[in-house]
Amino acid sequence: MTNSISEVVDNDVIFVIGTNTTENHPVIGTQIKRAKAKGAKLIVAEPRRIELAEEADVFLQIKPGSNIALLNGMLNYIIENDLHDKEYIAERTENFEELKESVKSYTLERVAEICDVDKDDIAKAARMYAESDRAGIYYAMGITQHRTGTHNVIATSNLALACGNIGREFTGVNPLRGQNNVQGACDMGGLPADYSGYQKVFNEDVAQKFEKAWGVENLPREGGLTIPDMLDAIGDGSLRFLYIMGENPMVSDPDINHVKHALESIDFLVVQDIFLTETAELADVVLPAASFAEKDGTFTNTERRVQRVRKAIEPVGDSKPDWVILMEIMRRLGYDKFYKDPSKIMEEIASVTPQYGGISYERLENGGLQWPCPTKDHPGTKYLHKEKIARGKGLFHPVEHIGSAETKDEEYPFILTTGRILYHYHTRSMTGREEGLNKIAPSSFIEINKCTADKLGFKDGETIKVSSRRGSVDVVVKVTDIIDEDVVFMPFHYACGAANYLTGAALDPISKIPEYKVSAVKLEKVG
Amino acid sequence: MVKIEINDVTYDVPEDFTVLQACEQAGIDIPTLCNDDRLVAHAACRMCLVEVEGMRNLMTACSLKVSDGMKVKTHTPKVIEARRSVLDLLMSNHPNDCLTCEKSGECKLQDYCYEYGVERGSFVGERRDLPPDESNEFYDYDRNKCILCGRCVRVCEELQCTHALTIDNRGFGALADTPFRAGRAESTCVSCGNCVAVCPVGALLPKREKRIRAWDTKKVKTTCTYCGVGCQLELITHKGKVIGSKPVEQGEPNHGLLCVKGSYATDFINHEERLKTPLIRRNGVLEEASWNAAFDLIVSKIKETKEKYGSNSLGGFTSARCTNEDNYLFQKLFRAVIGTNNVDHCARL
Ligand code: SF4
Ligand code: SF4
Ligand code: SF4
Ligand code: FES
Repeated sequence: MTNSISEVVDNDVIFVIGTNTTENHPVIGTQIKRAKAKGAKLIVAEPRRIELAEEADVFLQIKPGSNIALLNGMLNYIIENDLHDKEYIAERTENFEELKESVKSYTLERVAEICDVDKDDIAKAARMYAESDRAGIYYAMGITQHRTGTHNVIATSNLALACGNIGREFTGVNPLRGQNNVQGACDMGGLPADYSGYQKVFNEDVAQKFEKAWGVENLPREGGLTIPDMLDAIGDGSLRFLYIMGENPMVSDPDINHVKHALESIDFLVVQDIFLTETAELADVVLPAASFAEKDGTFTNTERRVQRVRKAIEPVGDSKPDWVILMEIMRRLGYDKFYKDPSKIMEEIASVTPQYGGISYERLENGGLQWPCPTKDHPGTKYLHKEKIARGKGLFHPVEHIGSAETKDEEYPFILTTGRILYHYHTRSMTGREEGLNKIAPSSFIEINKCTADKLGFKDGETIKVSSRRGSVDVVVKVTDIIDEDVVFMPFHYACGAANYLTGAALDPISKIPEYKVSAVKLEKVG
Repeated sequence: MVKIEINDVTYDVPEDFTVLQACEQAGIDIPTLCNDDRLVAHAACRMCLVEVEGMRNLMTACSLKVSDGMKVKTHTPKVIEARRSVLDLLMSNHPNDCLTCEKSGECKLQDYCYEYGVERGSFVGERRDLPPDESNEFYDYDRNKCILCGRCVRVCEELQCTHALTIDNRGFGALADTPFRAGRAESTCVSCGNCVAVCPVGALLPKREKRIRAWDTKKVKTTCTYCGVGCQLELITHKGKVIGSKPVEQGEPNHGLLCVKGSYATDFINHEERLKTPLIRRNGVLEEASWNAAFDLIVSKIKETKEKYGSNSLGGFTSARCTNEDNYLFQKLFRAVIGTNNVDHCARL
């Protein structure tokens, strides 16, 4: 997030796109509702009539995969009606003219057709967003999990920049990160081309700095493989050894059949986790890890706040904290570096990672710190780009609507979109072991519009077969009116009837994010 | 800033302070049952009564704003007596259950009765005798223990914004409850537990498998392990096991709120299916093994693969579930020790 969670309540326009916040980031969801109760205006753009849509001033029930069209259309309307922030654009951005040209063809009429919404609503939303001084955009996987995910993100930032909504309090472009420490995993260099702090592996100075700091030679200068690339590399025999720590791609990754094939065929698979997950079952060696309750450390939340994780109990059984396991493997491989406890690892992180430079356990004792926090006396950063945009000036980057890789056709006449529900988390390896949650949300389901269900003769609660080009699953029908007639929705949490047997039509060529949100499917009676 | 005199000492306090806040800043304890700084003042319980010079009646400190020159007395005999009668009244319609109540030791009513020497209610009359609402999967509502402070209702309304509760005003039977007393399961309740966390007495309590005394538990402040909001919570432990959690009362980013997962999804921690030893596949089956054997095997495989096929034939998925320190070491292992940048995690999932 460019801005902070505590600013949400004081936004006066909240634009929610591609996030079902009350279920996926529930406590931020409450803040949005509070802002609304205090008088803020709420714009919601989502393929489903989610809880927040019920309270929205404008609800745009867009077709999955039409985000860019909508955002460009709003932008075009704003520019045509002279609602953009000219002073801000002149002072703090570049390339506006090109952007202006590029969105010209996104007329309300055209966009209304692509998104399948009323054009007056688009105009109303655009005006509402542009006329406010305190307008924040909030998005999540509904923006990123498309083959145009990167471009979707750029489109949101174009809109925000044109209205002067970056670099000020109560505004911003605010991605809501799904998992507890997905922000931190990125910050720490859990990416194929980045050391911690997004320092690039191919940058010579950076590489030399890390060689010195780590006391090693010849750090590789070329970027590594992403997860989808690694899975493919197993297929062609170029990847032979895979170490999976705390992930369960056998449920969470797209096109599970493909994942399974890869993991079954690799030479050697290590899985380190707290349960024998669907993925661990395929491993050659399984290492028992301590859970978050059994170790010290830090997580970085979606607003860049680094916060302490504290050990409450001893590791269960013979399990060990992940960092202890990793330290031991490094030692046995001849890299003898001993950390007494995780605070020492944080010291090393701070010494090589500019954004974390001022972070230490001592300071975190009194509450979290938001990066960038470069020095010991820096108070942390509530919102980004205050003085100027990080790269100098905010660059407008025109992006075009190209739609999704799969569209409905005769054989696969419905669009499947996926997501999470309030009562479960990710692949359920944790929440699936909570009796109460299982009672409330026992098994997978598919949301189908009432008219569609009637037409196909499906009853609520009936098990049907859902198939895509990649696989099929049996799943229970949930008849609803919150979704359009040609769109269906499934949560991805459940291993049984897993939505991800169906997904995986395409990847974003830039970020390699899979297009979870749009797959063409067909629906059939079973038996 | 305004000047206010509390118990004959003068303090400078911001003008938008309440008398309660001024007392807190001065380090003077005022008993409260219904007050919650995050909520609109409600002045329902009247425990926070103080004497203000020039005012005939005792005033509720939680709702009274300070003004320049105000003179406040917090513990005069009149005040003490008034607080005592508030407690007396409450206890007159409250089960005398402290011996077996789960809340014992953490109950504000119990604490204040102890402090003010109230043993039992002296008003005899009809007591509430209503069935408990046990329909929620995670917590129970003992209607007979409710002291009508209204915090649950206001938290659900003002902060959680779910509006599942209301004060049902039926005279003697007034109650903080779901509409028509239909029970939590029939309401819009999303089981966030935020009402349970603020109940000052034992009316709202998490369901627990076995009875555990509050003073036998420990609390450790940590960060929620589920979504990216990063709520601050306390894990409650007993004899080395996690038995529950509750929100840290104040502070960023969640200001005392959690969702159902943060509040009630801790069972996995001590679940019997947790992996407890390393496993090694032998003849197609995963069998228990020692750490030493597992480490040896992994290290020899790493070396062997690297020698035969080069560093780039190895790769790792690090984890958005693990700590920063775990992630940092994971990428360091692959980059610095194994020599490949094949490290990624499910940021995109
Ligand atoms: S659990 Fe949450 S939603 Fe349910 S009544 Fe309590 S505060 Fe309201
Ligand atoms: S249930 Fe608890 S929080 Fe709610 S009104 Fe009664 S005593 Fe207060
Ligand atoms: S309590 Fe709920 S909202 Fe808060 S971090 Fe945990 S899962 Fe997210
Ligand atoms: S705390 Fe002031 S009236 Fe309850």
